[in-house]
Amino acid sequence: MSTVNFDHISASQLLPEVQDAMIDAIRHNYGNPSSQNRFGEEAMEAIEKARMHVADLVHCKNPKEIVFTSGGTESINHAIKGVAFANAERGKHIVISNIEHNAVNRSVKRLAQMGYTVTSVSVNEKGRVDPDDIAKAITDETILVSVMHSNNEIGTIQPIEEIAKITKEKKVIFHSDAVDSVGVVPIDVQKLGVDLLSFASNPYYGPTGVGGLYIRRGISIWPIIDGGIQERNKRAGTENLVGIIGMGVAADLVAKHMDQRYANAKNLRDLLLRELPNYIDEYFVNGDPENVLPNLVSVAIKYIEGESIVLMLDDENYTVSTRSACATGSLRASHVLLSAGLSHADAQGTLVITPGIENTEEDIMGFLEALQGIVTSLRAISPLYQRPANI
Amino acid sequence: MYSKTVMDHFRSPRNVGVIENADGVGEVGNPICGDMMTIYIKVDEDHIKDIMFQTFGCGSAIAVSSMLTEMARGKSIEEAKTITNKDVAEALEGLPKNKLHCSNLGADALQMALKDYEDRKAGITRPESRRQEETHEHSHGEKCYCPYCDTEIMESATFCKACQSELEEEHH
Repeated sequence: MSTVNFDHISASQLLPEVQDAMIDAIRHNYGNPSSQNRFGEEAMEAIEKARMHVADLVHCKNPKEIVFTSGGTESINHAIKGVAFANAERGKHIVISNIEHNAVNRSVKRLAQMGYTVTSVSVNEKGRVDPDDIAKAITDETILVSVMHSNNEIGTIQPIEEIAKITKEKKVIFHSDAVDSVGVVPIDVQKLGVDLLSFASNPYYGPTGVGGLYIRRGISIWPIIDGGIQERNKRAGTENLVGIIGMGVAADLVAKHMDQRYANAKNLRDLLLRELPNYIDEYFVNGDPENVLPNLVSVAIKYIEGESIVLMLDDENYTVSTRSACATGSLRASHVLLSAGLSHADAQGTLVITPGIENTEEDIMGFLEALQGIVTSLRAISPLYQRPANI
Repeated sequence: MYSKTVMDHFRSPRNVGVIENADGVGEVGNPICGDMMTIYIKVDEDHIKDIMFQTFGCGSAIAVSSMLTEMARGKSIEEAKTITNKDVAEALEGLPKNKLHCSNLGADALQMALKDYEDRKAGITRPESRRQEETHEHSHGEKCYCPYCDTEIMESATFCKACQSELEEEHH
């Protein structure tokens, strides 16, 4: 039996069209886009074509507002540090939510070492930020608000439009980490009202190591990588031509097939959640059932630990993720799960299941059967499941 | 990541379960540190006649518990007392550095079960829970490594001088 990937949030196979375009570029399009010769021109043309597709995907009317980066992490670092540096004279206060990705958390932590101050706004038990809390956190010193569009561990989608209304009124720059949303749910930067939006290419079957940052025209931001004048002087360094070409093709494909992909993902998610109680008991689903990514199920299975489940599922040819302390290597439970109110034990038993476009209903049913056996055997070992009376 | 022996003991753990009316019980860890382990022993003529375990934890915690029970079974109390974390880790053909704390947990649970046995024999009763409530202490002499550059560091270190990394999380 071939391996069923339910860990698309970590990795996906590139779509054949993406593979072909990239291989073709490796073979035939090797110019430096900054060169004035024919090779350079061909390379630059390919980059601008990709930029157009990527801009279309996020409904950005002016492709010049898209900067290519080395992925979501760089985009986020650029947005946060670039805005903080460029606007330091206006103020040094930043507002984030308390379930942001570490690319955000560690960027603001670095800024805090340099004299910036940070307010981290708590989410509710569904992992959602209350826009009023963001409004209350903003002071005269605030230059930037950064709230993720969707969370990679619980799938909760934030009220970005409402937050954008507040930041616009208070004249504060607003960035959203949309790495797990772009290419998965429809994203329209105009409608959302964000000033900056970070995203990558791999969530929609493009290559890793390439991403984008939408920077609304007129936003004051510094580069964080200095050198040449690539990317309209916003991101120095010779472009990752092959990666950008792959990202462009992936963006074009997902923009054309968004409705169908969304419907398929939601169908598998609904099936998994509907059938789950027929296979295991004593679990709960993390996140917000009404505002959630269609391709992510985050489930806390009581009395057992995530890494054990992942290893056993791997033996049965199903790949999933966990956010348990053991698996992350940090020996700390996920800050996202704890912030959403989970106990340590429940956080340890959380699985993140992310089906993708190649998965079928049969895959879901096979997975549930495998999971049932694994939960039973791990609970048979667990001292939390059956505590004998003589302890 | 794991050796074949670790995966074997994880996939088919030996001696899983509870001994009713055990002569000694040792329990260490809690879900906050990621693992929890209970060891039950039955003693006959000063030898460990039966030993069982229950574990909440990762693959290496389960493998450690299983291997430990295999190593201790049949041993005299005095022999069992000499089983160290290192012995268990070596019998498993090594553990990843960031999982070495799991082996400590196993040996600690066994030593607690042995102590509990001796306490009961000496008539020291503990009507309260035998469970160690606080986060288990790491054994002295355990080495810690920077998770980023693998340099040996102090257990209490919050900064790695070698690679200038902040260590905001535990790093055993």
